[in-house]
Order: sequence, then structure tokens, then C-alpha cells
Amino acid sequence: MYNPQLTSEGALKHLLSIEGLPKKNLLQILDTAESFVGVAERDVKKVPLLRGKTVCNIFFENSTRTRTTFEIAAKRLSADVINLNVNTSSQSKGEAILDTINNLIAMHTDMFVVRHSQSGAAHLIAQHLPDNISVVNAGDGRHSHPTQGLLDVFTIRRYKPEMHNLRVALVGDVLHSRVARSEIHALTTLGVPEVRVIAPKTLLPNEVEKLGVQVFHDMKTGLKDVDVVMMLRLQNERMTGAMLPSAQEYFKTYGLTPEKLSVAKPDAIVMHPGPMNRGVEIDSRVADGKQAVILPQVTYGIAVRMAVMAILAGGTA
Amino acid sequence: MMQLPDSEALLNEITAKIAALIKPNSVIVGIHRGGVWIMEHVLANLKQDIPYGTLDAALYRDDFAQRGLKTELQPTNIPFDVQDKHIILIDDIFHTGRTTRAAINELFDYGRPASITLAVLINRDGAQLPIQPQIVGAAIPLKPNQRFQLSQDSQGKLKLALEKKQDTSDV
Amino acid sequence: MKVLIKNGHVIDPKNNIDAKQDIYIAAGEIVAVGKPPKDFSPNQTINAKGMVVTPGFVDLSARLREPGDEYKATLESELHAAAAGGITSLACPPDTDPILDEPGLIEMLKQRARKHNLARIYPLGALTQKLEGKALTEMCQLSEAGCAGFTQADKSIIDTQVLWRAFEYAATFGYTIFLRPEEPFLAKNGVAHDGELAGRLGLKGIPSAAESLMIATILRIATETETNIHFCRLSTAEGVELIRNAKNNGVAVSADVSAHHLHLTEHDIAYFNTHAHIKPPLRTIRDREALCRGVADGTIDAICSDHTPVDDDAKLVPFAEAEAGATGLELLLPLTLKWANNNQSSLADAISRITIHPANILGIKSGHLSLGANADIAIFDPEAAWQVSADNLKSQGKNTPFLNTEMIGKVHYTLLNGHITYQNKTD
Repeated sequence: MYNPQLTSEGALKHLLSIEGLPKKNLLQILDTAESFVGVAERDVKKVPLLRGKTVCNIFFENSTRTRTTFEIAAKRLSADVINLNVNTSSQSKGEAILDTINNLIAMHTDMFVVRHSQSGAAHLIAQHLPDNISVVNAGDGRHSHPTQGLLDVFTIRRYKPEMHNLRVALVGDVLHSRVARSEIHALTTLGVPEVRVIAPKTLLPNEVEKLGVQVFHDMKTGLKDVDVVMMLRLQNERMTGAMLPSAQEYFKTYGLTPEKLSVAKPDAIVMHPGPMNRGVEIDSRVADGKQAVILPQVTYGIAVRMAVMAILAGGTA
Repeated sequence: MMQLPDSEALLNEITAKIAALIKPNSVIVGIHRGGVWIMEHVLANLKQDIPYGTLDAALYRDDFAQRGLKTELQPTNIPFDVQDKHIILIDDIFHTGRTTRAAINELFDYGRPASITLAVLINRDGAQLPIQPQIVGAAIPLKPNQRFQLSQDSQGKLKLALEKKQDTSDV
Repeated sequence: MKVLIKNGHVIDPKNNIDAKQDIYIAAGEIVAVGKPPKDFSPNQTINAKGMVVTPGFVDLSARLREPGDEYKATLESELHAAAAGGITSLACPPDTDPILDEPGLIEMLKQRARKHNLARIYPLGALTQKLEGKALTEMCQLSEAGCAGFTQADKSIIDTQVLWRAFEYAATFGYTIFLRPEEPFLAKNGVAHDGELAGRLGLKGIPSAAESLMIATILRIATETETNIHFCRLSTAEGVELIRNAKNNGVAVSADVSAHHLHLTEHDIAYFNTHAHIKPPLRTIRDREALCRGVADGTIDAICSDHTPVDDDAKLVPFAEAEAGATGLELLLPLTLKWANNNQSSLADAISRITIHPANILGIKSGHLSLGANADIAIFDPEAAWQVSADNLKSQGKNTPFLNTEMIGKVHYTLLNGHITYQNKTD
């Protein structure tokens, strides 16, 4: 079956989404990332794997933090890095995506890391690349943010190795979240038996249970006995779009406070992809508390991205 | 039919030679995976406490562009400061010298050692770089389509086998 | 000129003909079917052996892109495509540039089409000025200029009061209103069916309720104002059910479906295939089945191509940004035949859905082979297989989700007023 992410031999060619990524490829990325965690702890944080290669971060949608982690990851692999921020405000219609890509290919780019505000952008680019150039999807619209999904399950695996025994809950705006979709696919692919989503109906996609999750609208029941709580960011547009009345009411019903967290297992870990809205989706006491693993997520994010790039850049003889 | 040497005998051979080299600043580093098994045996038989580490040269190989990250990565763990140390680097089979080159590059990313001495169980001959092991258990040249395979059983006993190669890229 | 079409299998649903017959044409009209008229000596004979001969097809919606969007397609290219598809009459929506809301524009368009002499076009006039849903158009004058009815194309009227008044005004003169039912706020910015696939792909969905809500509203208004209403491009099972109930209750309503919706579903979007980005969106398997059954039992009267040529660049962008639409004139026949095969319907029934029924909806004299009728005829091989490719589509629009798939059913001759407008050169 045609899979745009894989070569005909089943090796990773592009990283576009966790959905459609076979379990063995997912595990390969996680296992490879383990070695790169060690690299980050040395004085010389570089390995020569991508020396001579050029990685281009094209961000059609702004994000300094994600772009920076990809830049660090590429540089730690000894790659040369180009950063391109393409302004796609409605005023400047500008160059078509594929024209931008073609220009960069002409400048001998070996790998593209792409973020775009539209779902499917990374797939579109992957379809039009010559064979030896890879794409890493750094986030496309609401569809997918695969490296975030990967670093999240990497983090969970580090703290809770018995993944086939876990209860995981995702809390917040699943409807608009590419992070949530990637996390759900990664968890179900790895065989996590219970994946829950907790949100008001206005923030859940139609037929979300078909993704393999249990739906809850109440934090108390949804968080009961969970091992991992994954918070999602709430954006201001949800209030202006008549999906929520106010940030205060959201915090009251779905914000993660120590009281709400207490119904989870006592050793449950709390995660957040960042950046956090303190006092909206998460209480500072939890964000800064013992159960939060938010900062390790960032560290692991670099190792996971190094693993992805190393696997994509390597030959397949 | 080639008569394979006994692994135990080879181990004792190189352990003795290594023991003779130990200085105050000596450390031992084993290259995954065969080199690490051998290092564990050597350390068990040496009557001294020497700092040791493990190293996976995969991230420094020169054939990444052709093969990618083929094997499962093992953890590299160098828990001491490499600066000014006499490193005894242990591997199982010496062939082209490329694995040694990769390991040396990786060690130099950790610091500047005073010296590196290479000890191997078997030298099968065929260096493609100006690198040679100083300590050798046995020198047994092989044809290009043959290779040695070292394995360790559940009791920790080492076993040496001779195989016909399918994959000519394994150096 | 006298033309004889011999040895073909004639299917003329209006006159209940489904048999091997010869057709005799003189001065652009059908003068006999079956027995030759006295002293008929043809100037041209077409041997239709092994082929089916039917009235030329009537397509309820084909975008010709003139005036204004000539970089997407031109009258010339699209009318050739229509002829290649066996289509001899077609209705075109007013969403051109400028919008067809003035009689002069209608006259000009008709005149330019007449010059090409490849198919008859029946423009649908804008129901409101500039399709903005605020002020009525001069429906009488537009009708006089040649409009077969009035429509809002893809732009729903937001103000229910305006909708009501537009219906009342049209009803005064007996005009038919053609509407694609879609509640504008629920459908705003939506690009795919609001279901599992859109959820997975992160695409904004258009719920089925957007269609059924609007159908219910329009039915109510049409009933109370006694307006002739035709529903364009049904896409939901709920919609089919509402129309079925209305017809059972004696409401004067008709409906069509695009050939695409009889075969494709949301899953054809696959990996963000922009060729599957169409309006209304492709929905679920259940919806497709209901639509197929709807055509079979007559709830849905006609199948149309919904021909919407889009230039390549407008599809080489992320899914949501792509311009909606698929090319369809040359696929109408094979897709209709495929529907008949899949649903165990007769060839005659299938042909009626693209000839007499759409002709009746438009109120035009085409769609049948009665004596004295215009000799608008399609001659095709129902078993001929061909591959859909950019090269063999005559339309300038190569945007189809059926690219590189096999179609069965190929037009070999098309006649308009008794002269050949298309001939497949392989014989």
C-alpha cells in the first residue's frame, strides 16, 4: 500500500504524520533518540552524522521555540542550517509554496523542516521533491505535529516504561490541535490501552472516538486513576469563535489545578507541549510542581528531532 | 576446515598483555558490542579497580551516507574525564581499521587523551587505514567473503564462529 | 442535409424506445425512427453498429468560465469537451466575472456560444444582484434574454426575508429557482465533510446538517410561496429523505446529484488530494448509498457533471487553499453508466437521468428523439474502456479525482441539429 512517508522497502523517507507511521519505524526513532540524549549531556554536544548536509527550516507559520529546537538538533548533527521565515499574512499572497521549495532545492538543500498553517502542506511538499530530499513536518494546520507526538511518548516511556499498562488523558482543545492528533496516534500505535480526551463538546472533533479514544466532559471522572496527564494549549480565538465563554470559566472547569490532579494516580506525570497559559489551562502550582515533566520534554525534544533527522539523512543500502 | 582458537585462551592472552600496560592514569573503554563483552571479562580477571567505559562508534562511522544507522544503538557511557588518560581501547575483531578510527574520533570529542592503545581478540588482517592493534590475541587472516562472529551465551561464555558474509558492508 | 444513423441500439426514454432502430434526419430534425421516410437518400450515413444511440445529453451544470475566467477555460475548449462527452445542451451557472445578472451579459454569452455551434447553452441567471443576496435581479428581462431559471450558484442567501421575497417574485412569473442547499454559517470555511476523515486530517468540516437544515427551510418557503424549486447537488442521506417526503406529499420539487457523489466518498481525499476538494464535499459511504438509491427510485431526477475546470496552480496548494471543483463533462456518460451497473438499474433509466429528466427541469425541448425534435444525438459504445488522463481530456480543466482511472463508456459521435460536432477518430 502506498505510504508517502516510506520507501518501498519500508524505510522512513519523510516524517509527515504519526498516523500511517508503522510501529517499527516509530520505535526506531524512539530507540535512536536514547543515544542522542547522551550526546546532549557531553561537553562536545555534536556528532558528525549530517556534516556537509544542509537543513532548511521553512516556517510559513511563525514559531521561534520550535524552530530553535530544530536548529539546535540539526547543528548537533553537524549540519548547516538555513532559517527561512515566510510571511504569509493575507496581505502578502506572495510566492507559491512549491516555488519557494524549488528555489531552495536549487540551492542544494538536503532536508526541509516545514511548518505551515494549513493541513496537508507537508504532504504537498513531499509529493514534489526529488528522491534524495526529505521533509520533516514541524506542524501543518490542525493535522499533525509528529515530532511533538514522538517526544511526548519518548518522555512517557522514560518515566513510565510499562506502556501497555497505562491510562493517559489529554485535556483541552483537541479539535484545533495537531499536537493532540499526533499524541493520540503515537499512544495507540504503541499499544497504550486507555487514551482519554477531556474537553467540552465544542472543542472536540465530530466522531473523535473513531480515533480510538474515550471521551469525557468532566475532569473528575476523566482524570481518575490516570498515569499521564497531557495538557493542551488554549488559544484566545476559541472565545471569539463562540466555542467558549471565557478563560475564567475554562480554568474553572478544565484547568489543571492540584485539586483536580489529586484524583489521578499519586505518581502521575503532567505534560504540556508549551507555551503554557498559566491560569488558563494549567495552575502554576502544577506547572512548577513535582509531577510536571515539562522541562524534560524540551530536552528530549532535541534528542528526538536529532533521531528523526539522522534516520532520514542516512543511506538505506 | 580452519581450526578456530579457543576464546578463553585468547582472552587470557590479551588480559595478560593488558595487565602489563596498566599505569596510574589508565582507563579501559570497550567498543560495543563484542568489545564490551571482552572488556567485562578482562576487568573480571584483572585484580585491580580500573575506570572503564563503553562506546558505540555508530554515530561516527564513515558509511552513514550509504547505510544509515543500521544497527540498534547502544549507550555510550564515558563516566570519567578523558583528558590526559592512557586509554586501552578494546574491540573484538580488527579488520579495516574504520571502527577504530570512528572510536578514536568519538573519544577525542570527550577530551585529549595521553595515549590510546588498541587491544583486540583477533586481527583478521585487511587494514584500509594506517591503524594497527598493539595487543592481539591471535592473527588469523580471512578471505573477503568470510567473517568472524563473536557471541555471548546466557552464562556469559564467549563463543567464536566463522561465517560466510552476505553483507559486505560490515567492517 | 440528410443523415442516416443505422444499425444502432436506440434508447429514447421519453418515447419508450429501447431497440435496434435506424434514425433518419433531415434539415436538422428527426424525421423518422425505425422505418425510412419515402425517398430518403442520405448525404451522410453513420454506421452505429455495436453502439447505443440516444438523445444528446442534457447537463444541468457546467461552468464554461466565460466571461472573465478564461485562464481556467474558454467557451471554445469547454464546448468541445461537452461535445466529446455527448452533451448537446447544458445549463451554466452565473458565477462568472462579471456575474450573469444582466440581460446584456446573457445575450452576449448565448451569441458567442451559438457561433461555436457545438452545444446549446442555457444560462441560469443570478437570483440576486451580484449574487450578494440583497437585491433582486431583473428576472423577467433575464428570462427573456434566455435564462432557464435562477440560482445563487455557491453563495447562499443569508437574509431569510430576501430569500422569501426572491421566491415570491419568481413564483409570480412561474420561474424555477435552482438552489444548492447549504446553511452559510455552518458551512463557513468548511472544506470537507464534518466526520471522521476531516477530524483525522485536521480539515474544517461542513456538517450534513448544513444541507438538511437548508433543504427544510427552502421546502417550507417554496411550499408557502408556491415556487418551482430545484435542489442542486444533493450530498446527504438526510437530504434525500427530505426530498422523498416532500415529493410524497405532492410538493413541486426536483433534485439532481453530481456524478461524482454517486461514486466517491470522503475517503477519496486520501493524502490531501486536492482533486477531491469539491462543493458540496464528498461525504460518507452511507450518504453515497442513499444518493444512489435516490436516483434509482426517482427521488433524485437527474445526474449532472457539475463541470468546474480549475487551473493546475490553483490545485497545487494545501487542501483548504485549493480552489474547489472537478472537471466533468467528459465523465458524465461513463459515470452514469457505472451508477446503473452498480445499482442494477437499466440503461434506459440511466439515460433518462441525463436526457429527458434534466430537459424537463430546464423546461427545454431537448432530451428526446420524437419526430420533429432537434437532431441532437449521442452515439456511444457502452463497453469501450479508456484511461482518464490530462492528454485525452478536451477540457482545459484537468482537475479530476478520477485521473489515471479507467472509465467504461465512450462517445463516438455527437450530433447537434443533425451535424457532427464530435467524432472519435479511432474508427
